[in-house]
Amino acid sequence: MDKSDNNPPQTAEQMLRAAVQDPRDLTRYLTYLNTIKSEGLSTSVMVVPLDAAINWARASSIWPLTFGLACCAIEMMAVGASRFDLDRFGAGAFRPTPRQADLMIVAGTVTYKMMPRVKRLYEQMPEPKFVMAMGACTVGGGPYCKFGYHVVKGIDRFIPVDVYVPGCPPRPEALIDALLALQRKIATGRPIIERYAKPAGGGKDGGAQ
Amino acid sequence: MIHKEAQSSEPILHDSLQSEELLVNMGPQHPSTHGVLRLVVRTDGEMVRETVPYIGYLHRCFEKITESVTYAQGVPYTDRLDYLASMNNALAFCLGVEKLGGFAVPERAAWLRVIVAELNRIASHLISFGTYALDLGAFTPFLYGFREREAILSIFEKLSGGRLLYHYPRIGGVRADLTPEVAGDIRRFLVQMRKAWPEYNELLSENAIFVKRTANVGVISGARAIAYGLTGPCLRGSGVRFDLRKNKPYSAYERFDFSVPVGAGIKGAVGDCWDRYWVRMVEIMESCKIVEQALDGLPKGEIRGKTPRVLKLPKGQVYVPCENPRGELGFYIISDGKTEPLRCKARGPSFCNLSITSEVCRDVLIADVVAILGSIDIVLGEVDR
Amino acid sequence: MTMETIHALLRERFGEAIGEWPPPETGDPWIGVKAEAYHDVARFLRDDPALKFDYLRLVSAVDWMGSSGAESAERLSSVLHLYSFARDHEVTIAVDLPRDAARLASVADLWPAANWHEREAYDMMGIVYEGHPDLRRILLPEDWEGHPLRKDYVQPEEYHGIPNV
Repeated sequence: MDKSDNNPPQTAEQMLRAAVQDPRDLTRYLTYLNTIKSEGLSTSVMVVPLDAAINWARASSIWPLTFGLACCAIEMMAVGASRFDLDRFGAGAFRPTPRQADLMIVAGTVTYKMMPRVKRLYEQMPEPKFVMAMGACTVGGGPYCKFGYHVVKGIDRFIPVDVYVPGCPPRPEALIDALLALQRKIATGRPIIERYAKPAGGGKDGGAQ
Repeated sequence: MIHKEAQSSEPILHDSLQSEELLVNMGPQHPSTHGVLRLVVRTDGEMVRETVPYIGYLHRCFEKITESVTYAQGVPYTDRLDYLASMNNALAFCLGVEKLGGFAVPERAAWLRVIVAELNRIASHLISFGTYALDLGAFTPFLYGFREREAILSIFEKLSGGRLLYHYPRIGGVRADLTPEVAGDIRRFLVQMRKAWPEYNELLSENAIFVKRTANVGVISGARAIAYGLTGPCLRGSGVRFDLRKNKPYSAYERFDFSVPVGAGIKGAVGDCWDRYWVRMVEIMESCKIVEQALDGLPKGEIRGKTPRVLKLPKGQVYVPCENPRGELGFYIISDGKTEPLRCKARGPSFCNLSITSEVCRDVLIADVVAILGSIDIVLGEVDR
Repeated sequence: MTMETIHALLRERFGEAIGEWPPPETGDPWIGVKAEAYHDVARFLRDDPALKFDYLRLVSAVDWMGSSGAESAERLSSVLHLYSFARDHEVTIAVDLPRDAARLASVADLWPAANWHEREAYDMMGIVYEGHPDLRRILLPEDWEGHPLRKDYVQPEEYHGIPNV
């Protein structure tokens, strides 16, 4: 690990520059770390692009909101329980209050009566926040779409959704897959660069995270 | 200790202390309301003076939808009423349609329905066990309960393809036959369940803190329970021995030997939270007995009777009650001779059981509201329909 | 006691207020009761020592509009399902009400269980139960317009900015 000689010969400085250019690529700065270690520069100092560090921290400790609406909530509970164990992905700490949560899994049918509350909960969550629409009902009304006079036909009309998980209800594996997708999405964010360094031309690809 | 003070007639607060009544809103997003129930609680210090439940946050228009789709299309919607007991719901609806249409169900199908209904009852009670402990602050039973439940779910998955909502009972029979592999799975599960049951009791039922939190809390007398229309474990917890499987047998239940547990006030008064909890625990073992007998004596034959492809039921009305894990689930179906029902009313047990909340959650501690609500064991999908 | 004997008993006691006994061709039988006598009949069913209906199963409302057949009048029904734990028998009572002025005495004073069922029937079908302690909408929001289980109900285009399609 230390003496990785199959890498292209680069000085430590070159590597750092390369790593800063693209904070999405964690491997680059890991290589850099290895190099400075092998060169005996320091073993206690880590130099990491801030974006990458933040993304890594965000993606590995997503705290979902304890928020079940209907049938899908039972599958969400099952994902958190013994067999599937969402904690393996760092997302097992279900918070009872939106103020401590990063992720809202909208699990179940949203009705007209419930919709303002869902929106309120979303607004109470601190930034950065992510939403997962779990189940056919939340995605688009599901089986209640046609005759459901009291069912919201898709929660994405009211709050922004990051990941859609179709199914009635989705399998736990689908929810885990959605979580991994969300982690990938978080890893592509550039929170610091977007906030402080105005890119030339003003073009931005990311959302509001 | 605290509880004794609360129950005595002496005022808790001294005259010099002034307290103000406070309205506390609990839910619809609250970890221990089991879904989207909202309670408005008027508190005086630690004491709850009044509790008003507000429901309807999950009203999914079940009755309107079943009036708009055909009978066969209505079955999946019944799955989603009480989503912890899909098998039992679909069974009740199918029995209603079969009774009105005069369709015969083959013996084997009736026995298979009993097997899946009882397994689903166990699964539902396991969730109740886990979440009740969770409400009262113990996390471990939740993991234990879900461990056994997953075994049932994998059996159901092999039978029907679904993990939570099965659509397994069909009008006139069941969807698929029991394979030897699944039968072996069920037998293995029974062994596992019987081994785990004493563990559960060590873990929770006899736990001193749990008993303190539940015994003598939320006492419902038998007469009160009947007056409020309580059914299922809530009624039996109050000492009334009534079980539709025993008293009005349906779908071959008269063939099986099982007993109906009732609350006996082992830890406190008859009809307290612990009694309701204990009835569910004993029912798990009784259901194991039924499943075993059904597996042993499963008759051979068809699994689906002869029903027409397009169902047109004759004019008439029918009310078919079934014993759901939570109580009496009845479907009141009225047909006027068309392919879809004129009216399909679901009498949900959770709906009726919940209506007693404001009566019981009065002059209790705030923490007791959670204990009482958990012991009533509601599923909001069926309260709101 | 079978429902036919219960019907005979009620007929003897309340006379013309109790409908004829037409056992239907299929399904369960029921006993028709006039709206004026409904509350008295319900009280009699609960208190009579031979009947003792202590358990109210269900209060449901039915809209018969558009149903095929001769009896398809423009009417609503309020149906009461009772069971007796003490005597182990059951009865179904149906009351016909006009669609435009559906009013009926509440039985929530006899069985507390009727409270929520009647609120639901009011919410869904618009039957006003007179003497009910707390007749509010139960499932739908307070400011909802119309009663969705009526056959002529039209879904609104939107509700507080929530589109219906």
